[in-house]
Amino acid sequence: MELNVQSVLKWIEKLNDKIQNNKEYLTSLDQAIGDGDHGINMARGFQEVINKTTTSQYDTVSDLTKDVAMTLMSKVGGASGPLYGTAFLKLSMSVKGKDPVDHDAFTAGVQEALNGIQQRGKANEGEKTLVDVWAPVLRFLQENSEFEPGKLEETAKVAMESTKDIIAIRGRAAYLKERSKGHLDPGSVSSFYLFQSLAEVLQEGE
Amino acid sequence: MKKIMNDPNQVVQDMLKGFVAAFPNDVKQLPNTTVIARKNAPVSNKVGLVSGGGSGHEPAHAGYVGKGMLDAAVAGEVFTSPTPDQVYEAIKAVDGGAGVFLVIKNYTGDVMNFEMAAELAAAEGIDVEQVIVNDDVAVEDSSFTTGRRGIAGTVFVHKIAGAKAEQGGSLQDVKAVAEKVVANVRSMGMALTPCTVPAAGKPSFEIDDNEMEIGMGIHGEPGIERKEIASANEIAEELTQKVLEDIDYSGSEVAVMVNGLGSTPEMELFIVNARVHEILAEKGIKVYKTFVGEYMTSLEMAGCSVTLLKLDDELKELLEAEAVTPAFSS
Repeated sequence: MELNVQSVLKWIEKLNDKIQNNKEYLTSLDQAIGDGDHGINMARGFQEVINKTTTSQYDTVSDLTKDVAMTLMSKVGGASGPLYGTAFLKLSMSVKGKDPVDHDAFTAGVQEALNGIQQRGKANEGEKTLVDVWAPVLRFLQENSEFEPGKLEETAKVAMESTKDIIAIRGRAAYLKERSKGHLDPGSVSSFYLFQSLAEVLQEGE
Repeated sequence: MKKIMNDPNQVVQDMLKGFVAAFPNDVKQLPNTTVIARKNAPVSNKVGLVSGGGSGHEPAHAGYVGKGMLDAAVAGEVFTSPTPDQVYEAIKAVDGGAGVFLVIKNYTGDVMNFEMAAELAAAEGIDVEQVIVNDDVAVEDSSFTTGRRGIAGTVFVHKIAGAKAEQGGSLQDVKAVAEKVVANVRSMGMALTPCTVPAAGKPSFEIDDNEMEIGMGIHGEPGIERKEIASANEIAEELTQKVLEDIDYSGSEVAVMVNGLGSTPEMELFIVNARVHEILAEKGIKVYKTFVGEYMTSLEMAGCSVTLLKLDDELKELLEAEAVTPAFSS
């Protein structure tokens, strides 16, 4: 299984559907430990992404993901705009000239994306941020030579759920200290949707 | 939710339109952006000051655009940092050749978006420096965490750094005095009621009629302690005490700001201010100047914050310097 422009478009569409359908859920998670705008911002940003990608033509996965990145950076704001924007930009740079993108090229792209997220957000694993989903997913991808979508989704899900017990030290949830415990990290949930959507596309392509 | 608005997704654009209509001789909106700039921007050979952040804190930040304060304010969505492209447009619009200075409140999103904009500007050859304001003592400071939030004390940074730039200070001069303000300003807030982000449609938190939240942020993010509501004097004491514990104000002169969060009447702010002055007098701290009113709000939240800025001769002079903006004049 390899990713081409068509499958990445499908990935982004599925991700947008999940975000639109869970907009209020994401916002309620953020109201508990943050400032209550995550669902609203992600929904606005990904709607703009879809508006852009459905009216443009792409020759490569790199061009497509670059457009996703630029749209997210200019339309989302908050913390999630720069973080997801940076992730897609790094992925785009990494997979340049690699079409169709195979497992190894994609894994390298996720590695670059995660590096970008960590640099931009100055966050490490275990700090109740989306890094807590991206890092385990990257390890899973590195440990396997094929995509294995079912297990990929499961890895992302377990990782997302693990953020519940972490005490936040980054982002706005950090102001709550111990009170942030017992709540899922909203960014980890949206990152789970991202990998869940990817897994679904991979499954359909098998 | 009961709000005077047309479309919850258009509140920022609608507000900016009305803002420019109210002050047509003083400010302009940069085309196709959410940036409010001085009418005469860029001012040549003056350091340009840019601030901004999520909307919902009016009069911050557009209200402070004008002579002696900001050259531009970038408005994000409600409680959401503006995007890098918007901040970049503001930087370009106010660059008069002496560099541009960014005043950023310490929130993860604001810092990331403003830094990305600064990187874009640097790539275009514009000198950009910044200060990160973190005056909220409710939040513990630590180099391992996001750190303290920027709240009402930010207005003093706008005023003093803006005055320095207006007097012809260099980018480094402006940065130095802004850092001095940040080192000497502390705030603490509390809330009685939550606020509702228009696009979310429901209150950011629930609180009983007889409760208050100490250490509440300006985005409805939870504070540090919830308890039974106390008298104005007790509230003033708790907030002021926390500020005074943080840096040594003894024997100093201060500027006081008692800031309303959106739906607290001035009457209540003055009641709080009365006790703040008594406490400071008891401690031998001299009040140089007092500001009571709405400077950094949180939509329709009820509550207030107390800010103390420790002054020296330079800060006093810059605080007194001329400022002509929609929301602040001196």
